Amino acid sequence: MLQRLYDWVDERVDITPLWRDIADHEVPEHVNPAHHFSAFVYCFGGLTFFVTVIQILSGMFLTMYYVPDIENAWKSVYYLQREVAYGQIVRGMHHWGASLVIVMLFLHTLRVFFQGAYKKPRELNWVIGVLLFFVMLGLGFTGYLLPWDNKAYFATQVGLEIAAATPLIGDEIRTLLAGDPSIVGAQTLTRFFAIHVFFLPAALFGLMAFHFILIRKQGISGPL
Amino acid sequence: MSDKKRVSRRQFLNYTLTGVGGFMAAGMLAPMVRFAIDPVLQTQEGGDLKSVVSVDEITNEPQRFEWTINQVDAWYESEIQKTAWVYRNDNDEIIALSPICTHLGCTVDWASNEEYPNQFFCPCHAGRYTKDGVNVPGTPPTAPLPMFEHEVRDGMLYLGDAKSRKGA
Ligand code: HEM
Ligand code: FES
Repeated sequence: MLQRLYDWVDERVDITPLWRDIADHEVPEHVNPAHHFSAFVYCFGGLTFFVTVIQILSGMFLTMYYVPDIENAWKSVYYLQREVAYGQIVRGMHHWGASLVIVMLFLHTLRVFFQGAYKKPRELNWVIGVLLFFVMLGLGFTGYLLPWDNKAYFATQVGLEIAAATPLIGDEIRTLLAGDPSIVGAQTLTRFFAIHVFFLPAALFGLMAFHFILIRKQGISGPL
Repeated sequence: MSDKKRVSRRQFLNYTLTGVGGFMAAGMLAPMVRFAIDPVLQTQEGGDLKSVVSVDEITNEPQRFEWTINQVDAWYESEIQKTAWVYRNDNDEIIALSPICTHLGCTVDWASNEEYPNQFFCPCHAGRYTKDGVNVPGTPPTAPLPMFEHEVRDGMLYLGDAKSRKGA
């Protein structure tokens, strides 16, 4: 049944070369944990991607109940966690996943660093990786404010003060982020929400696409 | 076993990988899907009856009465206004009709169309109902106006939820 559906589409649009090009390639021996157990370190990139997918999906679902407004943000998070079926699980996935994704990203970076896999011709992908790291930190920073509880509020207060310590344009950066020169409030929350669910995910997708295209082009680095 | 029926190593791996992958994907998606469809599965509990008007004020002519209920909309609570058309019919029974048109939800009015002084009229698409709330065939509504649950206590009329009625 599925095979026939596939054949029907394939006959018309020739999709086999498309997915072959993406998925059908040999995993070199030195990358395969079945051959050398220590090769598990190559899994961290994929695990980072896996947790990112969980973040994106759970985030999309949370947005069904969450409101980015100072009167209602906390109440909506409380409601979705306490009253909606599986709310605690879905919020939990996003909450713990946010930390796990940083851990995986860090382990992946350590592997690339200690294997020297960033060397020519892969320097550009290292740079993209660093940008991905900043985007991920940005997602963590902006997402942390969204529940609008005390922890969120003061963490953001501190983060904004750190941004304000930038030489020369510190105050402008702080106002740009907070939406007001002195208040951390209504406009801060809407900005952080927009950055968290639209701007940074868009940047994340673009960078990830670039990252993967480069890996596909250059292949995985050779054995040590 | 004939050679044809044998599962090759490649097939076996394909099946197990698909199975394990499917299991993981399902484990990930199931809570999120259940979370998203929760509003459909929530049970609606009936609201309390509220005191609306003294029965002395109720006449044979439908009159509009308003009362407020406390509405809990997820994390938002508010007082909302409810409206009913109330009258006594020829058997001296109290009838309390919902003003919400069963066509597409506009608000109906009693005797607001000069041509039909003894009917409820909906301005949106000229839907009409007779005095007992039954929709007039040939006009857009397909069901009678819902009727409020009601009760008389200590000379006061108490109204509850509006109950839909079967089409005429
Ligand atoms: C990889 C990317 C992401 C990371 C690292 C991340 C991180 C975070 C963090 C740390 C929180 C605070 C959670 C808490 O305190 O419980 C949060 C909340 C939130 N995020 Fe994300 N997020 C990501 C992607 C997304 C995406 C793509 C969306 C939506 C399309 C989203 C929507 C939300 C919403 C609505 C909240 C508020 C609900 C809550 O606090 O539980 N997130 N995020
Ligand atoms: S909504 Fe009343 S007639 Fe259409």
